[in-house]
Amino acid sequence: MAGAAQRAEPVPIAVAREREPFSRRLVRLFSKAPLNALLLFIAVLWLVPTLGLFLTSLLPEDIVSAEGWWTTFSEPSLTTLENYSDLLSNEDITSALVTTLIVAIGGTAIPILVGAMAGYAFAWLEFPGRDWIFLLVVALLVVPLQMALIPMFSFYNDVGLFDTALSLILFHSAFGLPFAIFLLRNFFIGIPRDLLESARIDGASELRIFVRLILPLGLPAIASLAIFQFLWTWNDFLVALTFGRDTQVITVAIFSQFRAFGSNIDLIAPAAFVSLVVPLGVFFAFQRYFVQGLLAGSVK
Amino acid sequence: MAAPETGPGTRPGLWRRHRVTLAFLAPAVVLLGIWIVYPTIYTIVRSLFDRDGSEFIGVDNYERIFTTDTLTTAIRNNAIWLAVVPALVTAIGLVFGVLIERIRWSIAFRTAVFMPMAISLFAAGVIWRVMDQRDTDIGAVNAGIAAVVDAVDPPGGLSTAEPSTERLGGTPEEGLSFAQPLQGGDVAPLGLTAIPPADVPEDAKQAREPAPVPGGIVGVVWRDFRPGGGRPGVVESEELGLPGVIVELRDGGGDTIGKVETEADGTFAFEQVETGEHRVAIGPETFEEPFEGVDWLGSKLITPAVMIAYIWVWAGFAMVVIGAGLAALPRDVLEAARTDGASETQVFRRVTVPLLRPVLIVVFVTMLINVLKVFDIVLSVAPASSQDEANVIALAMWRTAFGGVNDFGLGSAIAVLLFLLVIPLLLFNIRSFRREV
Repeated sequence: MAGAAQRAEPVPIAVAREREPFSRRLVRLFSKAPLNALLLFIAVLWLVPTLGLFLTSLLPEDIVSAEGWWTTFSEPSLTTLENYSDLLSNEDITSALVTTLIVAIGGTAIPILVGAMAGYAFAWLEFPGRDWIFLLVVALLVVPLQMALIPMFSFYNDVGLFDTALSLILFHSAFGLPFAIFLLRNFFIGIPRDLLESARIDGASELRIFVRLILPLGLPAIASLAIFQFLWTWNDFLVALTFGRDTQVITVAIFSQFRAFGSNIDLIAPAAFVSLVVPLGVFFAFQRYFVQGLLAGSVK
Repeated sequence: MAAPETGPGTRPGLWRRHRVTLAFLAPAVVLLGIWIVYPTIYTIVRSLFDRDGSEFIGVDNYERIFTTDTLTTAIRNNAIWLAVVPALVTAIGLVFGVLIERIRWSIAFRTAVFMPMAISLFAAGVIWRVMDQRDTDIGAVNAGIAAVVDAVDPPGGLSTAEPSTERLGGTPEEGLSFAQPLQGGDVAPLGLTAIPPADVPEDAKQAREPAPVPGGIVGVVWRDFRPGGGRPGVVESEELGLPGVIVELRDGGGDTIGKVETEADGTFAFEQVETGEHRVAIGPETFEEPFEGVDWLGSKLITPAVMIAYIWVWAGFAMVVIGAGLAALPRDVLEAARTDGASETQVFRRVTVPLLRPVLIVVFVTMLINVLKVFDIVLSVAPASSQDEANVIALAMWRTAFGGVNDFGLGSAIAVLLFLLVIPLLLFNIRSFRREV
């Protein structure tokens, strides 16, 4: 057992590992106690705010403005699910949650499909100026979405898309595309050429190759991209605030309760908690993809 | 160019190939063209026109960015953000990344710190707005500070008390002193009012005015109030003594030469005093107020408050990216340095950090870009009353274009400014990113 536990330690010389006396191990364990305590303190510090929001959301309306959430430790009987049942009967919030889900799903599916198609074209179809056009698409990564808010506000008003879920979906799709194309093209280009050539020789159409070969093989990249894009659209506030009036996503619906923050906490806290349960669930379910995608996007 | 052998079907094949290519590219071209390329050009052009777009005004909007008060505040704040936050986030990420290599539960730690990355910046702001409430009874941050402050420097028991008569002068900060100079054999009744019943110590007994002691100064500190009022300055029945109050004896020059604590009935005694004039006073510690709570969400501290929330979110990102860089470091180099007798701090400063430099720079630059665009979290942490002081460029852009002012010309100019600031940073990141691949 001791050997297995020690394998985690980077001990360079095998002999040293086997011969380390018990007393030395004890010393090392104790010398690490302060470090463990410090890191435990930091970890708790990082968890407390979210826990605090959750416990706040469990406090009844008349208590929440007088007592801190930590009173639930000494008086657990104070907690109630009342705020959550009120939330479910609050139509502004429930319809905002539905809108958010629609926008997040649409805003994830479209850029991934469109990005995969373009990524395939940039990776495996020959056409003049291919690399230049690809570079141009990647260059669009530098455009902050603030550059599009004013023109699209006017455009949406002109074409009657203002205040619709579709307007948000399309906006998120477009701004998710440069990265999607960049990532997927780079992933697709790593697919062995022989695989594609033999499919082509067998007479498969490009569409068939794309659907039967590229998409399944690209699944790892598509998965981490999907997680990112879903979180991005679910968590959006700026775009939805600009193009929605009655069509509100959850962040905007919470924001419209801000006018009386203190007295609305019994609504704001549970609504905010519900809004973050979904991305947290996605995060915990797909943590591995999430971290991989993050690393793909920043260092590698 | 020599004409190639054009077999039958080559031309239609070529056409078909391009038709297929176009079909694959068309949706992307439409989305990128309408939602990114066209708006970018439009915004640049629009920034040269006035509010409603009817008149060309050249660079006037750009001049206004630097001459309008709320906008210069936004630029100044964003500069502070740039100077403080990316460096802090990178440093925290580096320290966490290095430290968790030495513990067994690093995955749990990483999950805890990384978790806020998954939730929206808006919701993170809501979380911190709840944490940052001023009242120490409901704001967790201030409750935490209060617990520490009040333990180090306990508040006085009678922070609200006031003199019951004008015979007691001075201020709570220097202690309330008996106005009349005293000599041995005198008695000093020190009456206080405005004490809530909860502040009266539980062991308090009926107050009693002590009999004079020859050569000494005695007196009583009591709650000079009884149901119905009573006569100020006179110890009456049902009026309680105030035990545990520090009474100071001061000499003619005002220096404190002795201290005693009052008894359960409020009495105190300096048994023997030298000849000459003395004064007695209730010490200032009695009136010290408990910790009031820091006004995080007020106009003075709002930017640091938002920054704390933002760092809480992004530290996990830095930690994970830097941690991956650390894992990729050549172990033998680190071990060689240790074998050569380098201390852990030397290894960290001379070997780890230089080797990690590329990763640290990518994290730092990424954070510069993120900080330039900071928006959601400012709106969710800062109450409307302190948003002017919390203003940043992206928020100023939104407020100018959509938040009531509705000046699309100036709003476009701010967006272009943001664009210009982001371009070099992103190009840098894309370049170092391509080099790594």
